[in-house]
Amino acid sequence: MKTNDVILHMVTKIVVFIILTLAIYLFIAGHNQPGGGFIAGLVLSSAFVLLYLVNDIDTINKGLPLNFMVVAAVGVFLSVATGLGALVFGDPFLTQTFTSKYFSFIGETALSTVTLFEAGVALTVVGVVVTIILSISEDV
Amino acid sequence: MLTINLAIIIPFLAAIFVPLINKKITRFHTGWFILVVPTILFIALVRYIPSIAKGETFISKVAWIPSYGIEFTTYLDGLSMIFGMLITGIGSLVILYSIYYLSSEESLTHFYIYLLLFMGAMLGVVFSDNLMVLYVFWELTSISSFLLIAFWYHRKQSRYGAKKSILITVSGGFAMLAGFIMLYMMTGTLSIREILSSVGTIHDHALFIPAMVLILLGAFTKSAQFPFHIWLPDAMEAPTPVSAYLHSATMVKAGIYLVARFTPVFGGGEVWFWLVSGIGLLTLLVGSFFAIRQTDLKALLAYSTVSQLGMIMSMLGLGSAALHLGYSQESVIYTQAVFAGLFHLVNHSTFKGALFMVIGIIDLQMGTRDIRRLGGLMTLMPISFTVAMLGSFSMAGLPPFSGFLSKEMFFTSVLNITELDIFSLHTWSMLFPVVAWVASVFTFVYSMIIVFKTFFGEYKGKRLDKRRFEPPTGMLVSPVILGGLILGIFFFPNVVGKNIIFPAMESVFPTFALKAKDFPISAWHGFNTELKMTIGIILLGSLLFLLYRYWKGIYRLFPEEFSLDALYNYTLSGMEKGSSKVTKGYMTGYLRDYLVYIYLFFVTAIGGVLIYTGAFSFDISHDSPITAYEWIFVFIMITSGLAILFAKSRLTAILLSSVLGFSMAFFFVLFRAPDLALTQTIVETVTTVLFLLCFYFLPEWTKEETPVKSKITNGVISFLVGMVFIVVGLSVNSGKLYESISWFFEDADVLAGGMNIVNAILGDFRAFDTMLEVVVLFIAGIGVFSFIKLRNEKRREKIEDQ
Repeated sequence: MKTNDVILHMVTKIVVFIILTLAIYLFIAGHNQPGGGFIAGLVLSSAFVLLYLVNDIDTINKGLPLNFMVVAAVGVFLSVATGLGALVFGDPFLTQTFTSKYFSFIGETALSTVTLFEAGVALTVVGVVVTIILSISEDV
Repeated sequence: MLTINLAIIIPFLAAIFVPLINKKITRFHTGWFILVVPTILFIALVRYIPSIAKGETFISKVAWIPSYGIEFTTYLDGLSMIFGMLITGIGSLVILYSIYYLSSEESLTHFYIYLLLFMGAMLGVVFSDNLMVLYVFWELTSISSFLLIAFWYHRKQSRYGAKKSILITVSGGFAMLAGFIMLYMMTGTLSIREILSSVGTIHDHALFIPAMVLILLGAFTKSAQFPFHIWLPDAMEAPTPVSAYLHSATMVKAGIYLVARFTPVFGGGEVWFWLVSGIGLLTLLVGSFFAIRQTDLKALLAYSTVSQLGMIMSMLGLGSAALHLGYSQESVIYTQAVFAGLFHLVNHSTFKGALFMVIGIIDLQMGTRDIRRLGGLMTLMPISFTVAMLGSFSMAGLPPFSGFLSKEMFFTSVLNITELDIFSLHTWSMLFPVVAWVASVFTFVYSMIIVFKTFFGEYKGKRLDKRRFEPPTGMLVSPVILGGLILGIFFFPNVVGKNIIFPAMESVFPTFALKAKDFPISAWHGFNTELKMTIGIILLGSLLFLLYRYWKGIYRLFPEEFSLDALYNYTLSGMEKGSSKVTKGYMTGYLRDYLVYIYLFFVTAIGGVLIYTGAFSFDISHDSPITAYEWIFVFIMITSGLAILFAKSRLTAILLSSVLGFSMAFFFVLFRAPDLALTQTIVETVTTVLFLLCFYFLPEWTKEETPVKSKITNGVISFLVGMVFIVVGLSVNSGKLYESISWFFEDADVLAGGMNIVNAILGDFRAFDTMLEVVVLFIAGIGVFSFIKLRNEKRREKIEDQ
């Protein structure tokens, strides 16, 4: 992107953090409210895509040295591994368990293996979407 | 004790660590670490022997996908014990041998990962009780065998052999899968043990014979039975440890295992008897006959393996006659064939393993394994010679080697069967001993070729590339152990017979009350017909061996052009040509045409089903009224949809289609589906970005010069697609085909611990779907990445076809 839009540049610096926060919020909220791993992953990737759009790819790669293909692979591994984890405890494949625990400062918190599974989904979505967009744009 | 489920998983887990070990620890050969795995498993299995010998069995069950009745159940009984011990025992020896065979410069990571994959898969095949799990492991052995044959993939012959083996064994595997499904339809269960308990009820079922034939196809392709044996000689392109392990001792015996395992299900019928024993006998004859012609020692061993497998197969077939007669004092004599078969299975693994290893040593040390260039190695390689002699004489069935015992028992069974008067045997029964005897003569001849052509005669050293003789001691350990076993089994056969073979017999004949003392193995039965047959073999065999050069012209009657290999090549190239013709016919290269195909298929499949089943019915009287907002968005969507048709630039068209997407999101908001609205909005945003990126690559927007005729066709198709969609939408809303699943939603909090029912469905109730979707998404990502990134990176040097 050759054009250097100052306004977009400035706005992005702030907005990206809002989007990232939104992504994390959506991820955690997904338990009881609208949200979840897939949407969180998409929001995350839209934040990254915005960064890549406004700055150039090299700058972002310097600040964010992530291989998004690896991110996707980690995500897939995580979701499959949570499924396999159930086997270790003698339950059927992909059995999810949950419990709630009291933490000081945070209060009563629900803990669930679904969260890990959803994290896998989110990482895969981010990885794949950003990889596809980067591959196509770098081909220009 | 170690559970059997764990025993299957351990090799797979170990495979994960292979790259790490190979990279970090360079001082020791990676094989030393891998050696630990089969050794531990072997010791663990050996500890089960006393209990198995007493007739106990072990079952352990892990639920895998209980909703489809698929359970990862393992079953350890006498039959799976034999195979388990072969897999881990021979596996340990082969890995020890491979440490010296493969230098550290070879791609050891790949080699050991494939080998461990194979080991785990093979253990899975013999221990699984569930047919579907067995099938998955079965195909995994084919795949790992494919990878191992193609280990030196820069050789054209390796790739050819690998492709041939996977095509033949996997097609057989598909047939077997169909057979398994038929078994499931007949018995309603996927568990082998439960199928065994409902044997009596399925004999008259219409699917009984088809299921049997299909399962036998799987077994015959895997065990290289005629006419599917052609893949095995080509598989010899694999490194020798692989040939010794997969293609003589274990994988090719999976078919034997399957036949033995299903003997109580299908055995006793005429079709089974003739198919198994007939094909087995034919394979025995063909394999041994063509083995003599080979000049490559490994190819010779491959044909000999084919023939020996045929021999074991035929013994299993002969033994099944006992099931027809039912259990009685008289029928026990026929079960002896199965005993002999299983005994020979063990013997074959030991002597063939030893022979392969010796030939690997010769190949490595002398630089060739062509018998025309070898000779006189006896004094130069005394240890290798001794082992080769033990192995060959055992294979030829000479005393005092283990092969003699099982070959004598084989003759006893073929002689016994001549006295039987079932399955119209009285007309054909004499064929059995005659074919067995002739094939044994050939076996004798090629066994002698291995020993005498390689180790006797004059030394042709000058013509060979390398001149080193005995290899490092470590390389000799495995063949010497196997050689020792050949002698050991001959002198103490009943130790093996009682503790290992007999328990397996009980698995093959679960309904029979067999007693171990009915199956003694003894070297001397008196001067009976069997012994006379052996003496005849030695006399005629020696004569044929000495006069080989006078009668080898007979092989000219079987020219290459009319062999099964030629048929295979011809079929394959014909299929390739045919499919490329068909594909080129409809792959025009125009996206437009592909869309037409897709939509036509959609209209005929979905619309056709709707008309055919009469599912089209709807009732709008109960629908809620349409509000003003909804009218507005419908209007917006219709307008933008129509406007796309008349857009003058591509950018306008892209933006207008985004309008459609975002309006959809608004509909979700109106219908109070915040999850969907969120997702739709973000998906739409990301897609628009993607679309704009691709925009760069699109050609100039030009006025299309389409003929009116195709315009009309396209118009009709698009109209039909729209209609089908509307009709489907209306029908779905009113029809109820399945029980409602809404009670899941009410209990989402209790069942899955989350209030958000959408996510409870995605992450818990239908987690399997989500997981697979994630995997698919990942694969799609890899696809895009590799298409774009690797497109321009052309190979600098062509390493293929050396």
